[in-house]
Amino acid sequence: MNVINDNKLHGDPGIEAHELHHEIPVSAEGATPMQRDRATTIFEKGAAGRRAFVAPKLDVPEVDGLLPDALRRTAPARLPEVSEPELVRHYVKLSRRNFDLDTGFYPLGSCTMKHNPRLHERVASLSGHARLHPLQAPERSQGALELMYNLERALGEVSGLPHVSLQPSAGSHGELAGVLLTRAFHEDRGQVRTKVLTPDTAHGTNPATVTMAGMTVVKVGTNPDGGVDLDDLRAKADDSVACLMLTNPNTLGIFDPNITEIAKIVHDVGATLYYDGANLNAIMGKARPGDMGFDIVHFNLHKSFTQPHGGGGPGSGPIAVSERMKPYLMNPRIVREDDGSFDLDDHGYEKSIGRLRGFQGNYGCFVRSYAYICSLGGEGLTDASETAVLNANYLLAKLTEHGVADKLPLAFGDGCMHEFVLSGAPMKKELGIKTLDLAKRLLDHGYHPPTVYFPLLVDEALLVEPTETETRETLDGFAEAIAKILTEAEQDPLIAQNAPYTTPVRRLDEARAAKTPVIRQPLG
Amino acid sequence: MTQYTAVTDADLAEMLSAIGVSSVQELFDRQIPADVRLGRALDLPEGMPEQEVYGHLRELARKNVSAEDEITFLGAGMYDHYVPAVIDMLLGRSEFLTPYTPYQPEVSQGNLQAMFEYQTAISELTGLPVSNASVYEGPSAVASAGYLARLANGKPKFVVSRGLHPHSRDTLATYAHGFGAEIVEVPLKDGVTDPDAWAEAIDGETGAVFFQQPNFLGAVEDAAALASAAKDSPAVVVGQYDPIPLGILKPPGECGVDVCVGEGQTLGNRLDFGGPSFGFFAATEAYLRRMPGRIAGETVDADGRRGFVLTLQTREQHIRREKATSNICTAQALNALAGVVYLTWLGKQGLVDLGELLLQRTHYARSALVELEGVTALHEQPVVREFALDLEGVDVAAVIRRCQDAGVNPGYALGRDYEEFPNGLLVALTEQRSKADVDTLVEVLGAAIAAERSAGVEVTA
Repeated sequence: MNVINDNKLHGDPGIEAHELHHEIPVSAEGATPMQRDRATTIFEKGAAGRRAFVAPKLDVPEVDGLLPDALRRTAPARLPEVSEPELVRHYVKLSRRNFDLDTGFYPLGSCTMKHNPRLHERVASLSGHARLHPLQAPERSQGALELMYNLERALGEVSGLPHVSLQPSAGSHGELAGVLLTRAFHEDRGQVRTKVLTPDTAHGTNPATVTMAGMTVVKVGTNPDGGVDLDDLRAKADDSVACLMLTNPNTLGIFDPNITEIAKIVHDVGATLYYDGANLNAIMGKARPGDMGFDIVHFNLHKSFTQPHGGGGPGSGPIAVSERMKPYLMNPRIVREDDGSFDLDDHGYEKSIGRLRGFQGNYGCFVRSYAYICSLGGEGLTDASETAVLNANYLLAKLTEHGVADKLPLAFGDGCMHEFVLSGAPMKKELGIKTLDLAKRLLDHGYHPPTVYFPLLVDEALLVEPTETETRETLDGFAEAIAKILTEAEQDPLIAQNAPYTTPVRRLDEARAAKTPVIRQPLG
Repeated sequence: MTQYTAVTDADLAEMLSAIGVSSVQELFDRQIPADVRLGRALDLPEGMPEQEVYGHLRELARKNVSAEDEITFLGAGMYDHYVPAVIDMLLGRSEFLTPYTPYQPEVSQGNLQAMFEYQTAISELTGLPVSNASVYEGPSAVASAGYLARLANGKPKFVVSRGLHPHSRDTLATYAHGFGAEIVEVPLKDGVTDPDAWAEAIDGETGAVFFQQPNFLGAVEDAAALASAAKDSPAVVVGQYDPIPLGILKPPGECGVDVCVGEGQTLGNRLDFGGPSFGFFAATEAYLRRMPGRIAGETVDADGRRGFVLTLQTREQHIRREKATSNICTAQALNALAGVVYLTWLGKQGLVDLGELLLQRTHYARSALVELEGVTALHEQPVVREFALDLEGVDVAAVIRRCQDAGVNPGYALGRDYEEFPNGLLVALTEQRSKADVDTLVEVLGAAIAAERSAGVEVTA
């Protein structure tokens, strides 16, 4: 067996050396240095008395009995006891057990893993932004308010919906805002509407949000082309419907050609139309939700506007709405005064649904996304969407060229917007490997796999979103890797079935974790 | 082509040919109907080179007065603690900054183990056995606890202490209007939740009770008594805690609190004008399967080696959809990482030392400030890092402005949220405010009040 290069998690994965691993079981000690390095938490390291923190000196007269014993903690929290070098080494080593976008291709469908410019980290770290207290007086936070005002205007222009609130903390939070706005809109008209229509292709957050907002989900079917089934929509749209939540292009990567008709059906029964902005990266500068008839849209600043994903947060989910939804927006509102100064108005929207969180939203994300918009301008944003769509269609074509299409056919239609869904059903039937196996084998090739098993209505789904920031060479390499894995599976499906081999740990037993949950380090 | 894309003319020609179209526009035209195409350029300013964007963002930063520019005693939910350099370094690492949520656990062990460690730290801090991997931030964590209670017992009434952060009360009200719960507010008495009114408000229809520790006025509540008042009701006892004083304050798990939530900003996160930070969410074992958000759990890999995965996912939206315990997708992974690194940096003794230091300096500051003419304590309760003053007879906002002109931000005007305290000033400390800073505050605030008084006299005269 060859020596495996473990300097990097991905780099050269030593695939050839591993092809026999299904025959020669990898020893419990592991094949790579990283695998042999058993996971040890920070709570299992260090020794009593070690510390990284030196408290500032007590510079005031010490007074006893300031806190009654009954309110006092009796035993300290058993936090780690490590020196700063130990701390640094522990977390740096942990970091090396992650795959990340800066190192490799990350075509995770629906997540828009585009490059995160480091300029954004630099400007967000300027003390005037990073150390600004959220309750600083408006006259002393003019730069922040101006930035937020400008970002609101830009998002309004991109979406075609002029009234923006930056407050929601994530896409899911923006959805909740949207559904609560819808509720307020109907209540204001003396109407009780409890049904929200969502297509069966929708993100799971849509139905979960609807329930949280005290409403009921009614599913709408998908037609053979991957769009909304209009007959089903007509049958279900009546005056008990509050809203239709839609993603367009949808999670199949298909732009619904009937959008104008859909909007008409929904508006004719007095309901609102909600746009899930998860796929906005496909249409910036090309089409706008507001022009399609949507009333509310949420943005994922961590997708289209390149706030780094941070391993799963932070995100930011501003919303933009039409004129008729405006009175219900969240307070406080940023206002521009006649003299050009900015203010925060706690009562800016009279019929506001209220607050959805503390303070003004994830300002640090606003700084990054605003910097991105400043860098690209309208033309650059349009270029981003054009290139995202070009890259997705090119990757799809390359896969077809490699003869992948018969094992992994496109689930709907014959083209795509910025992402596409393949079905692994033929691959599973003919080669005996599931989409999950393909995904795990891709890890050995140094790629993060696409989204798997979503959308739910596609059997063995593989949702691929390359984004605009990848080079043609990267797309070529990925298409070749998929082709290679399929060829390999034709010869021996066990290789993919037992993959991965080169990652810090091998395939993990998720059932066991759920059956007897261990969710914290036991301490002696 | 922009600075972040790479399609040259030669690439474009080859790519279009591989796809079988003649232009990029054709890709859009075959998908988007003509009547909804934008058909014009976006009306946004032209793009700028990196150095100009930097210059613009720096100019905006300069228009703000940050905690770097003044001696600040402003708190009220977010606090200017020192963020250690190791956090900047670790959070800036590509491996933590740029991946997405750990859908592929084999290549996300760093992230998953950090979540597991975070959960352990929060569990230790709160004395509660179960913690998730974090939620958005503090006030929405309070509202999420309300939704947990709604799903757990279905009772329609929430009893809320007026000592709960105004933003938490507002956020809870917004959420509760959606999922259907009525809110009854219990007033403060002598700076803490009125115990009689609290006990009286709780009954068999109460789904949850909410208080804050220390409360918004900085007073330490008798958490055990508040929780105990709810023990014969179906109510879930929810406490919003500031994590920093938990080095010295009795943990919620020992006070009968069922769900402990709070704002995690103070744990190694910057102020950032209010976010991003994280909300922590810990609970008793009984609520494990009703928790919102992500939870990391321990397991083994195919070769029996220890590893970590996202677990108990059958609670979550991507599986349970409309039956999910929450609509939350991910966590605030990067901010929660800062949280666990910060707690590790402080360490077992450090958190206690920090708490004791704040306790002493807070006492010193309150004692010194009430010596000023026209300044009294708004309440006499024990305080650990923040306290409320009454500046009788002066316009607090004007006093604050005068102090800020002298380089000191004395705190938060309580009248904005509490009409019963029109002259209230909320003063907060962190370890970054020394005795010398407090002495400066005493001097500046005293002068500002005197100046405001005499200005008032002139106006009256």
